[in-house]
Amino acid sequence: MDEILRIEHLVKTFGTNEVLRDIDFSVSKGDVISIIGASGSGKSTLLRCINMLEESTGGRILYHGRNILAGELDEDQYRTKVGMVFQSFNLFNNYTVLENCIIGQTHVLKRSRDAARDKALEYLSKVGMELYINAKPRQLSGGQKQRVAIARALAMDPEVLLFDEPTSALDPEMVGEVLDVMKDLAKSGMTMLVVTHEMAFARDVSTRVIYMAEGRIEEEGSPKELFNSPKSPRTKEFLSRFMQA
Amino acid sequence: MTIAEMNFFQRMLYILERYGGSLAKGAATTMAIAIICTLLGCVIGFAVGLVQTTEPHKKDDIVKRGVLKVVKVILTAYVEIFRGTPMMLQAAFIYYGMSQLFGINLGMWSAAIIIVSVNTGAYMAETVRGGILSVDPGQSEGARAIGMSHFQTMLLVILPQALRNIMPQIGNNLIINIKDTCVLSIIGTVELFFTFRSISGALYTYFEAATVTMIIYFVLTFACSRILRYAESRMDGPSNFDLATTDTLAFTSGLTRYDEKKGGTH
Repeated sequence: MDEILRIEHLVKTFGTNEVLRDIDFSVSKGDVISIIGASGSGKSTLLRCINMLEESTGGRILYHGRNILAGELDEDQYRTKVGMVFQSFNLFNNYTVLENCIIGQTHVLKRSRDAARDKALEYLSKVGMELYINAKPRQLSGGQKQRVAIARALAMDPEVLLFDEPTSALDPEMVGEVLDVMKDLAKSGMTMLVVTHEMAFARDVSTRVIYMAEGRIEEEGSPKELFNSPKSPRTKEFLSRFMQA
Repeated sequence: MTIAEMNFFQRMLYILERYGGSLAKGAATTMAIAIICTLLGCVIGFAVGLVQTTEPHKKDDIVKRGVLKVVKVILTAYVEIFRGTPMMLQAAFIYYGMSQLFGINLGMWSAAIIIVSVNTGAYMAETVRGGILSVDPGQSEGARAIGMSHFQTMLLVILPQALRNIMPQIGNNLIINIKDTCVLSIIGTVELFFTFRSISGALYTYFEAATVTMIIYFVLTFACSRILRYAESRMDGPSNFDLATTDTLAFTSGLTRYDEKKGGTH
């Protein structure tokens, strides 16, 4: 399979606090990987390190064989290929929905305004937000904002999309609309790396699940393996606690 | 009828009749200096504020870091000195210092504009710094995540929001400048306060001249504060938006409007 990202011995420390310890895994084209684990296990930090929003302390992140941590690829150029959807949406408050989805295309990818507009409209209708192109972020609900944020990321034509707990800041009734969009994306063959607390999504949609504990990958496998017959006792305990709740 | 025989209102009318032209000229000078200097001060403030909120990149070499550090120290000194001394003394210091030390005779206008804008810039630098820091860090992460450079992030996302946040403070500065240009009378700038002093000196009608001049100052500042309020609401855009319907026939039945005050559709 076509390997896009390979993470090797990734380490991240905040002061003396080791948040990520020796993380190893790879992402291939078409993978939908869910990263689960308790709060504070380093899931979000891992995603932020992959997107270089946090500076990794050690290890390598290879994008098509090039180590981005060693500057073998321009940081900004790399980021256009690895999109990110945040827990807090981070839509640009000073632009309309449409402008949010256009501005990166015209300024970073240097697309013409017309081409950018067409692409933005295409993805906005994909996430069901085409009616709201004139709205400002403050006029939208959380679920709507997150769907726009997904469209904004998609409009850059990334190879991989990183989702950092995309439904954790949403009211329960809005979680579904965002998960539906993500399911459709997964079905369409988008490569995704999803940090999530939605166990149903991890079990039913992803091709692979990674369970993290204390900054380490405790267990990795297909959803079936991990949910039905977890090898590590820690995974077992975590899952049983989650399934109860 | 001589001035001594007039009552309060007659004296004010007399001042307006006789010195209306000078007062208008003084007010125009005051406004011109205040507006130009507030704009220039904003430019200085944004430049200084931007540098002061720039964090060195971890990969930058020692020279780059050193230069940034030195520039920051100089800018901090500028801000502290100009905020920490009276503008009236700064005016005297710069105006007379330039001619005594360097033999440069600044004209009335250039001296006035330099002093007030440099002073405004010092205040605006801190305001801009606050404005930039007040923008949610998520905004910059969102921009970086789609591949924007630091410069693009600042220009397209952070500064427009910072500018909106500090609009009330810019208005404050404009109003302060309208009033504080009066200290320029020390270097002979013929603005509104200078005109007041000339009139009261010529007629010995301090109370009436002060009343007339105060009214003019108030009209100027009040008008400016209203205009800026309007500019702020324009920057915010309309509170509701039109749903975009692709079916052209749908427009015949009118557009659905979303009213922010009534809450969302969800």
